Amino acid sequence: MADPMRIRAQAQGDKTTVRVLMSHEMETGQRKDAAGKTIPAWFIQEVSATHNGKPVMTAQWGPSVAKNPFLQFTIKGAKAGDKVAISWKDNRGDTRTDEATVS
Amino acid sequence: MQTRRDMLTRSASVAAALAGLGLLPQTALANWSQAAFEAKTLPELMKALGTSGPAESKDVTITGPDIAENGAVVPVGAATTLPNVKRLLLLVEKNPNMLAAMFDVTDAVEPSISTRVKMGQSSNVFAVAITGDNKVLYAAKEIKVTLGGCGG
Repeated sequence: MADPMRIRAQAQGDKTTVRVLMSHEMETGQRKDAAGKTIPAWFIQEVSATHNGKPVMTAQWGPSVAKNPFLQFTIKGAKAGDKVAISWKDNRGDTRTDEATVS
Repeated sequence: MQTRRDMLTRSASVAAALAGLGLLPQTALANWSQAAFEAKTLPELMKALGTSGPAESKDVTITGPDIAENGAVVPVGAATTLPNVKRLLLLVEKNPNMLAAMFDVTDAVEPSISTRVKMGQSSNVFAVAITGDNKVLYAAKEIKVTLGGCGG
């Protein structure tokens, strides 16, 4: 399984800014290795975010999202102590879910 | 030593446990829109998504640098002040496939998202907002890249 994500969720008034740093190679499938062989694509395809277990956002990504992807979004109405969970799935079927508490 | 099989079994059991707890949202199982991600031009992409032609709008904003030194990591953001937005897209015009990311937002999040993308060369970058009544609005910004991020 891949390395854990780093998630930071900070409440500011009635809004919570969530910043996520995922650890993933995000190989495009366009590059070639030293021997001239194409390196197969390997990237995160689906990302979803939940707030206290309720889905708030989903995303679909292509290979042109940068390596070790960063994502920032804002949840309305989340407050300190709430749980924010992020999961992703890549094109090899690997998944990872991590959770953070809003501070 | 951990074998790949061990790891796969373990991640499967973790996923199953999470699903049991209701932590994995149903929407995570949605299919990846391959046609949309293979589109090379804006009309193709709009066709793949089943929406009408886009119109430029002041209500959509794109944030990003004027010049990106490293095309492998270009911070970009899409935001809109429009109500009832269901989807935000980030497109890089001259990448091999235009669509970089597609965000399905709900009422619980602000229609404002930032991430980082790769850019092969200097190009226009679009932020596209699709509203609940299928209006497609966009904003564009030219980002110059001094070092490409897609070459090998």
